[in-house]
Amino acid sequence: MNHDAYPDNYIRAILNSVKSIAMVGASPVNVRPSYFAFKYLAQRGYDMIPVNPGHVGKELLGRPFVASLRDLGRPVDMIDIFRNSSHIMPVVEEALTLDPLPKVIWMQLGARDDAAAEKAEAAGIKVVMNRCPKIEYGRLSSEISWMGVNSRTLSSKRPPAPTQGMRLSLNRMSVGGGDTAASDRAAKNKSEQS
Amino acid sequence: MSDRLPGFSTLAVHAGAQPDPTTGARATPIYQTTSFVFNDADHAASLFGLQAFGNIYTRIGNPTNAVLEERVAALEGGTAALAVSSGHAAQVVVLQQLLQPGDEFIAARKLYGGSINQFTHAFKSFGWNVVWADPDDIASFERAVTPRTKAIFIESIANPGGSITDIEAISTVARKAGVPLIVDNTLASPYLIRPIDHGADIVVHSLTKFLGGHGNSLGGIIVDAGTFDWSTGGKYPMLSEPRPEYHGIRLQETFGNFAFAIACRVLGLRDLGPALSPFNAFMILTGIETLPLRMQKHCDNAKAIAEFLSGHPAVASVSYAGLANDKYNQLARKYAPKGAGAVFTFSLKGGYDAGVSLVSKLQLFSHLANVGDTRSLVIHPASTTHSQLDDAAKTKSGAGPDVVRLSVGIEDEEDLIADLEQALSA
Repeated sequence: MNHDAYPDNYIRAILNSVKSIAMVGASPVNVRPSYFAFKYLAQRGYDMIPVNPGHVGKELLGRPFVASLRDLGRPVDMIDIFRNSSHIMPVVEEALTLDPLPKVIWMQLGARDDAAAEKAEAAGIKVVMNRCPKIEYGRLSSEISWMGVNSRTLSSKRPPAPTQGMRLSLNRMSVGGGDTAASDRAAKNKSEQS
Repeated sequence: MSDRLPGFSTLAVHAGAQPDPTTGARATPIYQTTSFVFNDADHAASLFGLQAFGNIYTRIGNPTNAVLEERVAALEGGTAALAVSSGHAAQVVVLQQLLQPGDEFIAARKLYGGSINQFTHAFKSFGWNVVWADPDDIASFERAVTPRTKAIFIESIANPGGSITDIEAISTVARKAGVPLIVDNTLASPYLIRPIDHGADIVVHSLTKFLGGHGNSLGGIIVDAGTFDWSTGGKYPMLSEPRPEYHGIRLQETFGNFAFAIACRVLGLRDLGPALSPFNAFMILTGIETLPLRMQKHCDNAKAIAEFLSGHPAVASVSYAGLANDKYNQLARKYAPKGAGAVFTFSLKGGYDAGVSLVSKLQLFSHLANVGDTRSLVIHPASTTHSQLDDAAKTKSGAGPDVVRLSVGIEDEEDLIADLEQALSA
């Protein structure tokens, strides 16, 4: 997988297929990006599990925190890692001890560890790095267009009317809608420098 | 469901717009409303806290405006955009995110006169200090960099003379200085030049000109290229530091490669207030659908007229980068191969009086202070926009007493040439 620019179909297939997501580094502080993403994904029907050893005994939006991936006690489809790039490898190594393995390991916006990604992919796990699932869900459903963001999708089809307020379908028919290649190049340059 | 990338004309028609889910309306509806109802208290809190995507109040965002924003972002190759009430408003909002009182920004000396005024006088009262550099002398930008420099501002095609700026060379200076490059792309439009492809970090437009294209609606827009890293060194606290007005959110870490556009919206537009009317957004969107067709016709007409004027005995000189012998022709071939724009100046052998006479005799060209209309426009800066300056100052700003500026429209070129012919010879 080219981790500098993911095809929309790759991201769409992941967000359409996973049902349960363990979020490593989930924060109960409601101005942290992990809190936003956790709440957004929970509202879109994903079975969310917060993982953070500092908050065991507490709940995040009604879901109890677990200390580590070993403590999940059940299989999960995706692990979403809200940690800095330097803390990715141990989490991925821990994920690789799970049975069954997760189908997807997702590293949050700003987080990238190519060696860890290679290990996970060698075990047949799909990897996404330096992306936010909330932003990607919003982009592919075109919901994020309300913020003036370039969704990079086009569609001439009438979308289903939103149900339950602002919830839009991820399964709209769309074609590619233009590039933001400059941004991808800038991210790549940054990751190569660090 | 392919990832094939569509072409420019397809994006000009489709980007950002889809049939209305409720009514099936194919054209983008005008959401002429101030406010939007919340689902419940939690939804309202999530929207105000920037935790959910959605509409609150038209000063912060509006669904019609959002279509315009996504369309221009797609045409420019940016990650996001923010529409505002005018090109001037776009410049205030951009610099408010970047500069603190006492900071500096470097601007190309060749700019739209309104921008020179805004930068020199209005921004001075905010404590934002402009330092001028010469776009024909790249080293003058390097020399102007100081520890307080926060941005570099240039025009892709400069007003009024139509000169072409070496965007890549200046972007190299900006990168070295660790500051974003802002490019005003109004006179080129993304059809002729996409500054982000040449290293721009932020693009601004007066939508009033070629993008809207019909001289009927004011508007401005800011496009975030998603290329600048705002997190380093605490240099851009609006983006990198916890924002007290949003309970400590850091915009860069929350919004990644479109954080600048979000900052412009939730810190700039929300607090300064220059919102674009949804009706104007609709008019401009309609204009953009034909941008590629119009822009090519504008350029083809402009080149024909520049060639005609070059051969006319009453004309002393023509300054149009599309002419093979023009000083900027090499840069035009590199940056704007489809055409060098449609705004340029020429000078008359008969001086000031000949300029006044020409303007009064033209029948199709309208004498007014705008550019980028379907109609052809003319202005004699020395007797109008620059009349308060002395002759030396007029000449320095490219508006000497003998200079006439044209904005060539999309009428038949033969008719425009005939109009100039009769006005010059009479």
